[in-house]
Amino acid sequence: MSEPLLTVENLKTQFFTEEGTVRAVDGVNFEVNEGELVGLVGESGAGKSVAAQSIMRLVEEPGRIVDGTVTFDGKKLVDIEETPDGRMEESDEMLSNREMREQVRGREIAIVFQDPMESLNPVFKVGAQLREFIELNRGVNESEAKTIAVDMLREVGIPEPEARYDDYPHEFSGGMRQRVLIAMALACEPRLIIADEPTTALDVTVEGQILDLVSDLQERYDTAFLWVTHDMGVVAEICDRVNVMYLGEVIEEAEVDDLFHDTKHPYTEALLRSMPRPDRSVESLDPIKGVMPEAINPPSGCRFHTRCPEAREACKEFHPEYQDVSDADEAPHAVSCIKYERVGYEDSDPLQTEATGAFAGGLADMRGDDDGRDPAGVPGGEADE
Amino acid sequence: MATTTGSDTDSRTESDAQAVESDPEQPAANVGWRYTVSQVRRDPTALAGLGIIGVATLVAVIAFLDQTVLPMFGIEQYAIAQAVWMSPNAEVAPQLLPPAWTTNVFGEGTWAHPLGTDDRGRDILARVFYGTRIAISVGVIATTIALVAGTVVGSVAGYYGGRIDDVLMRAVETLYAIPFLVLVIVFMVAFGRDLTFAMIGVGIANIPTFARLIRSRVLSVREEDYIEAARAAGVRDRNIIFRHVIPNSFAPVLVQATLQIGVAILIVAGLSFLGFGAQPPTPSWGQMLSQSRDYMLPDPWFSIWPGLAILITVVGFNLLGDGLRDALDPRINN
Repeated sequence: MSEPLLTVENLKTQFFTEEGTVRAVDGVNFEVNEGELVGLVGESGAGKSVAAQSIMRLVEEPGRIVDGTVTFDGKKLVDIEETPDGRMEESDEMLSNREMREQVRGREIAIVFQDPMESLNPVFKVGAQLREFIELNRGVNESEAKTIAVDMLREVGIPEPEARYDDYPHEFSGGMRQRVLIAMALACEPRLIIADEPTTALDVTVEGQILDLVSDLQERYDTAFLWVTHDMGVVAEICDRVNVMYLGEVIEEAEVDDLFHDTKHPYTEALLRSMPRPDRSVESLDPIKGVMPEAINPPSGCRFHTRCPEAREACKEFHPEYQDVSDADEAPHAVSCIKYERVGYEDSDPLQTEATGAFAGGLADMRGDDDGRDPAGVPGGEADE
Repeated sequence: MATTTGSDTDSRTESDAQAVESDPEQPAANVGWRYTVSQVRRDPTALAGLGIIGVATLVAVIAFLDQTVLPMFGIEQYAIAQAVWMSPNAEVAPQLLPPAWTTNVFGEGTWAHPLGTDDRGRDILARVFYGTRIAISVGVIATTIALVAGTVVGSVAGYYGGRIDDVLMRAVETLYAIPFLVLVIVFMVAFGRDLTFAMIGVGIANIPTFARLIRSRVLSVREEDYIEAARAAGVRDRNIIFRHVIPNSFAPVLVQATLQIGVAILIVAGLSFLGFGAQPPTPSWGQMLSQSRDYMLPDPWFSIWPGLAILITVVGFNLLGDGLRDALDPRINN
């Protein structure tokens, strides 16, 4: 394939809080090709939303992008370099805030946010907001923009779009508002849409409808999507390729079928074991033990070693390299786990953690129930209908 | 709400449409002018306030025509007043007459001057009538100055935060730290004693009220998703502030502005009482009060009428302000 549409390299975004520096995104790499639907998956707090915001440079104080490069269609959205005297500075190629606003946001890359209830301005009519957005990003006059807006509303399945055009956001249901937001994102025919958990706030029936709609529209407009979610079911349903994030890092990346059937990273495996799957029957689900550590002081070595069922002593010391482990004739499959490196995983002793089952049984069982609340394994089966 | 059960509706969107209609979380439309007006119309005290303000405004408009507009076309000042009644500045009657139905040491009231006359023999009714114009215009203009400047300063400070916020809000608090009347009087001594500077001075002195009020709302509104959505859509900051942030933060400011008009009227009356503001012989309520204070014992009616006029007007604005607050406050939903 030719040059990817979006390339994220070594992206680091940190929040400078009073408690310390939160390394929300810590050296993330991934790509999105033209017309591809790429998933970005992880638990709450894995840094996936911050990564999405960083691409658009929407991170607000006290957060800051401290390192990395984001290239979109040859343009450097983010390009932070080390100067000769050792400081990290924006390079000359990086787009200015004004260029970002006028050329990229809305026009080339659009975002659909998580909560459709909150993403429309309550004091303006839905149609007026859609029209304003189109006027702004497509440089057409008011009546042309209105025609496009009504067409887009019809396109995303809003009945009687002319009548609904003059309704306020509170007169729409959640599903319809999400349709409006998708219409808004698509209206300017961007080349990439970042969907930040767009179906999380919706019930599963509406979620199914929205996913159908998105696959439909994606085929028709050939827009690339970066789909941020914590729901493996959604990923299985619509994504072509998946990046799994844990504590600010992408730890596994593969085509969606490979990820589900040839899982490499223990975290991804644990994530998949913690949700019901149509292709496997199990007695009981197996949640990931513990909660994700704070991103202020990430664990040494492999960040997952505190909760990893396969952790060994070596995991504490070596930070695994993120590398492609697929065979030459297979689709690329990258993973960061020292199981796939030659640094002595095999010779190392198993770590004594809760997850490896080395604690006294009673304690582990007692804790097990509490940990069942772990948000990682939101049931995803319904998306497979 | 528009019905959404057209024949071309496919099944999946129909379920959405039903969800709208049966959603108990969403009360009937409670945004927009129509809702606010309907709420105010159901509130008798707010309606009373609106009535008072309506009458006062009508009186002020007539006075404005008579004093300012008609003279521009070469017609004598107070021509309307003279045609109907008498000029507020005409000295025609015995001084300090009481209202028509009473007597005092200066004489017996007459229906030629229903509310009596002042210390120079001018008709009090005519002067109170023409004083309305100054009260209303001063209240509205001073509050508008404070509202516009305060809204801009407060929303910019709240939206950007950080150093901009610090600089703007510390400047505003400096204004706040100086006693109100002292600030206005110093301003008027520096620039001029007439009414224009009274309005500007009161306006500036009121900026902190509005700036702080709207900033507190902006701080929560700017965190809303639709603001971030607007930023993600490439809307420039200026448009975000004016089109998205301010309209969503404006309800409490509107209530405050209505109440503040009453306060501004009081303050300017106070300034006139102290000799700042409208200069004689222009009729103004504060200045009438000021003149009447030497005659309070022999002729209390001289002070009562302008005082009553101030009271009624200020109460009118307060009643409307309270009614608006009830209508615009989402927490009070009856």
